[in-house]
Amino acid sequence: MITIDTISKKYGTTEVLKISSLHIPKGQSFGLVGNNGAGKTTLFNILLDLIRPTTGMVTTNEIQVNKSESWKAFTGSFIDESFLIGYLTPEEYFDFIGDLRGMNKVEITEFLTQFDEFFNEEVLGKKKYLRDLSKGNQKKAGIVAAMMGNPQVIILDEPFANLDPTTQIRLKKILKKITDDRDITVLVSSHDLSHVTEVCERIVVLDRGIVVKDLETSKETLQELESYFSA
Amino acid sequence: MTKHFITLEWKKHFRSSHWQKGIALKIIMGFLGLYFLATFLFIGTGAYFILKKLYPEQDPFEIVNSFLLYAILGDLAIRYLMQKLPIMNIKPFLTLPVEKKKLAHYVLRKSSFSLFNIFGLFFYIPFSVVLISKGYDTLGVLGWLFFMILIIQSINFLNFLINKNNQALVLIVIILGGFIALQKFGVFDITIYGGQFFNSVYKEPIYSLIGLFILMILYRLNYRQLRTQVYLDQALSEKTEEAKSADLSWVDRLGGVAPFIKNDIRLIWRNKRTKTIFLFSFLFLFYGLIFFTQEIYREIPAVLMFASLFVTGGFALNYGQFIPAWDSVHYKMLMSQGFSYRKYLESKWILMVVMTIVLYLLSFPYLYFGIDIFLMISVGAIFNIGFNSFFLLYAGSFNRKRIDLNTSAFGNTQGTSATQFVIIIPIMLFPVLTFWLFNKFVGGNSGYIAIAAVGLICLILKNQLMNFIEKKYIKNKYVMINAFGKEA
Repeated sequence: MITIDTISKKYGTTEVLKISSLHIPKGQSFGLVGNNGAGKTTLFNILLDLIRPTTGMVTTNEIQVNKSESWKAFTGSFIDESFLIGYLTPEEYFDFIGDLRGMNKVEITEFLTQFDEFFNEEVLGKKKYLRDLSKGNQKKAGIVAAMMGNPQVIILDEPFANLDPTTQIRLKKILKKITDDRDITVLVSSHDLSHVTEVCERIVVLDRGIVVKDLETSKETLQELESYFSA
Repeated sequence: MTKHFITLEWKKHFRSSHWQKGIALKIIMGFLGLYFLATFLFIGTGAYFILKKLYPEQDPFEIVNSFLLYAILGDLAIRYLMQKLPIMNIKPFLTLPVEKKKLAHYVLRKSSFSLFNIFGLFFYIPFSVVLISKGYDTLGVLGWLFFMILIIQSINFLNFLINKNNQALVLIVIILGGFIALQKFGVFDITIYGGQFFNSVYKEPIYSLIGLFILMILYRLNYRQLRTQVYLDQALSEKTEEAKSADLSWVDRLGGVAPFIKNDIRLIWRNKRTKTIFLFSFLFLFYGLIFFTQEIYREIPAVLMFASLFVTGGFALNYGQFIPAWDSVHYKMLMSQGFSYRKYLESKWILMVVMTIVLYLLSFPYLYFGIDIFLMISVGAIFNIGFNSFFLLYAGSFNRKRIDLNTSAFGNTQGTSATQFVIIIPIMLFPVLTFWLFNKFVGGNSGYIAIAAVGLICLILKNQLMNFIEKKYIKNKYVMINAFGKEA
């Protein structure tokens, strides 16, 4: 689904990312972990063609991301709160994104009802603008918006951060359900090792821009990661 | 501790992005500030002589005194609208071992040095100097000056006390309006009593201590109120407004551009800065009145052309020059969505065109000034629609400054850069020059025809222009994402 070919990103003389080759097959749930400054967000931004890599290229579904934009139609993403439009209510925001992703009013309403539990009555119908919601509730809105319009690829940067425990568990359930039928590729980054090991079947560890581990998730993975990071 | 506070203030000021803004803006803001100071200084120095000339038989000092009460009330009303107690910046100290007492005193004392208090001094001090030089009793004038400084400070603190209370503003305005009305209809003239009072301060400088007394009480009241409210959910809480959703489904008829237009309507209506721009564009309608009513300008058609462009161009100019920076905060998100730039740009264009047409329709009363003026406004509107709308879109691809509407405050100039000053040249000077050239050297109606022709040609070439602009935006995409991602 997604192929990363000799991607590197340099700012001046410092190289923040250098990945020689990485292939993420269709339907995989892919986890990215690493300390601050490891290059996780940079990588996601490059996958979304929001940053240009210094060298190399990214193709998703045979489409080179910086050559054509047709991949956007099947890629949903939430990187940070800047993806939200602060002066809209959550409903209006979902309408806007839904519109852009070719959904009609009925489809949008139907789509949102699936997430009633996830929203926990804290997002919809609150008569609040997104800018006035708490960080956690903003995140909920952003994550759900990334799933609109039947995307084939979903990219979520730090989706668990700022969420309350109940919502974290619900999000894990949602992500597992999405990847169950092996149709949708999900890319998730996180600082929480137990969350990624639970959700992802493959985990890649980045350290200062370099892939240092590429693991297929098993019972020992969490322990292996913990010992790696405590070293 | 105070030393710490002061060094922090100093750093905050010089490290703020405001300070690190483009040099052009800094110079212009600097000049604006100096201009105001100079104006106050000029009035302060000249008031005595001007009043003496206008009313030779009255004492200028007494005239000033009689109107001081109005000045004070007016000052209070302005402060009420614009000055807020700068309290948020003590948040980081709350959990540190600093007494809340100290924080409260610090916030209040700092407010004493606010610009609002300083501007007034630029009037009162030179005025006092002139009075003394004209032979008024030195001690009396100094006492009066001292009293005025105390009054300015008192207004400062009175404002904070009533600031959270909307009824207070209404009350101030009613009192102010009431006094003016009573004076106008000759029922009761407050200026006499006010004047007598301020005169007596001059005659008996000891009365100025009344000001000290008032100031102390007001400071104490402020302190008591603040001291008990240094909590996150009280003085330090930020108000959230209830979201009001209007039904905008009528926009859906526009097809592909509808989601963006809906968004822009909400953007304009829900953010202070954009709302101001929107409402101001209607004020621009009256811009023509300044020029069309003056005989001297009627002789210089190029100047009238300039004014005519402004009459219908208010919205396109003020809103258009910050495209696409209005969307800068969520620009990343927009760029990761699968829509065509064309639709996005077209929505902005439609918005500018529709507003220009609305303003044009509203400008019909200018027919009163004759068909020539109206023709000018008409060709100006065509030019605004045809040329300026495209040009502003194009210029937008050079915008690199983020505008964060979520943290909007009064006097928010985010997003302003040299681009904004450069684009004025083609937008204003080009049509005026064209008009002038044709009018002067070809004569007849050629000036009008030339301006309208430029607009119409651009409209005919809309597709080509849009293609060109779209390419420019796509080319600048990464630079813009990067620039808009930086905190303003």
